[in-house]
Amino acid sequence: MSISLKHLTKHYNTTAAVDDVSAEIAHGSLTAVLGPSGSGKSTLLKLISGLESPDEGTVVIDGDDVTKLDPRYRDIGFCFQHYAPFRHMNVAKNVGFGLKVRKRSAKEIDARVRELLALVKLEHKAKSYPAQLSGGERQRMALARALAIEPRVLLLDEPFGALDAVVRAELRVWLKELHTQLQVTTVLVTHDQQEAMEVADQLIVMRSGRVVQSGHPLALYERPSSSFVHEFLGPTTIFAGEVIRPHDLELVSIYEGTHKGRITRIVLLGFEAHVTVELSEGTTTWIQLSRNELSKLGLRVALLVGVRRRGDLDD
Amino acid sequence: MKNSRRWALRGVVLLYVGVLVGLPVLFLVLKAFSHGLGAFFAEITRPEALSALKLSLEVAAVAVPVNTVIGVGAAILVTRHHFAGKRFLDTIFDVPVAISPVIIGVALVLAYSRIGWFGAPLATWGIRVLFTPLGIALATMAVSLPYVLRSIVPVLLEIGTDQEQAARTLGAGRLRVFWHVTLPSIRWAVMYGVTLTLARTLGEFGAVLVVSGNISGVTQTLPIYIFDSWDQRFDVLGSYAGALVLALMSTLVLAVLALLRRRERKLSVDLA
Repeated sequence: MSISLKHLTKHYNTTAAVDDVSAEIAHGSLTAVLGPSGSGKSTLLKLISGLESPDEGTVVIDGDDVTKLDPRYRDIGFCFQHYAPFRHMNVAKNVGFGLKVRKRSAKEIDARVRELLALVKLEHKAKSYPAQLSGGERQRMALARALAIEPRVLLLDEPFGALDAVVRAELRVWLKELHTQLQVTTVLVTHDQQEAMEVADQLIVMRSGRVVQSGHPLALYERPSSSFVHEFLGPTTIFAGEVIRPHDLELVSIYEGTHKGRITRIVLLGFEAHVTVELSEGTTTWIQLSRNELSKLGLRVALLVGVRRRGDLDD
Repeated sequence: MKNSRRWALRGVVLLYVGVLVGLPVLFLVLKAFSHGLGAFFAEITRPEALSALKLSLEVAAVAVPVNTVIGVGAAILVTRHHFAGKRFLDTIFDVPVAISPVIIGVALVLAYSRIGWFGAPLATWGIRVLFTPLGIALATMAVSLPYVLRSIVPVLLEIGTDQEQAARTLGAGRLRVFWHVTLPSIRWAVMYGVTLTLARTLGEFGAVLVVSGNISGVTQTLPIYIFDSWDQRFDVLGSYAGALVLALMSTLVLAVLALLRRRERKLSVDLA
């Protein structure tokens, strides 16, 4: 179901957490709201869910104005940052809670819970309590619980924030697959640009309660509308007085470069390498390249090199 | 060296507790049975003693549930809602245990006497508060007011509102959220508060003495019966026997409390 946000504003005391935000979220999309902490992205999610009510503006879900509607009637699946498991209920009871509230028969609840636990791969944990689950399992349980009510919209607040790197990466892929399978309109909030770029088909970048840019992730990456978006969506460096992505630069011989300089530092990060170059005009820049390129070029500290934008040769 | 110091410290603590509590209680037990088991049972089955025990239990049966409901309600109000005077409400709950129970008693007498603010209108409806079990129940409720609230508030703050909000997004109304999410999360804290309230209720003396009028067989609770036997009727054995019964009841409550604490600690370890 599509979501349409119109001029949403929410103040806490005197500061605007969300400031005149308008956005369109397409049916079946997976949208990431991206921004640094304190940018108002979590508040935006609470406004959509109805857990907070806006001072101004409207929330329209699938054509219905739900701005004044109590969260319990919105049919929204909300996954909290720390999963908010019901600690005193086992996994099956947690997942079945929304169905029990809806007065479904015990038999129907049982069948649906089984189906959902299979979907999130937690069948073997049905009788466990949240305290006995790992972080990733709790996350999956929270997702199953939210999906049980067949929500019109799924909202995820920092879904992978509290997990370690390996589990994060796994869950990201899994979430993307799940979304493809279920096609439920999903909005997730994150401060991790890599996560957002990887899973989302639409990005909304927020800063200080306002939307600074929204659109397809690649479009934002390639054509950021401001230096903030530029810097937030990926690494940047300054070359010839311009903000540029470090992988858009290449190292060549001093005769081929548009600029020349001396290598001052080489950092190896597994597959990739960061090479810092002090340019002859006195400024410093850095170049991101693969480890293969690095060894092919035979680069080392103190070497004199040429630097140019990738693709400049073709011009 | 370190070991011997530790033993010395233990010895001092044990001695202190022994002199303050252990020995007096031991003497109490010895004295209560000094005329044999038969005399002890004769004393505790005297009509006045039984009526005092009955009144104490009746007062507890009213005061504990009422204060539990009020305490849980106030705790939720203080932790989950914003309103003017919240801090004032939070503080006022502590007043009854911060000041001497006698003052509570005197204040109740002032308010509920026939010329008092509440007493006068109540008297016109034929309701008497002072020198009745109703007055005793009021005084007892006043002095045991904060225990449930104080037991629950830290737990409510610690668990936060995420679970309650999650339940709401899943379609639960406020009542269901309370019964199925909030209350189960705080149940051990509530039980803890209830036992503290019960212990205080059974033992209350000062406030009750002032409002009860000390009418034997009518407004004598067990603590007052003990004091009265000893101080007014010179029935020393009756006093000792009653005291032992009260002490046993309180010890039982404390034992339940200790069990709950262990359960609670185990639970919080599980959830860590």
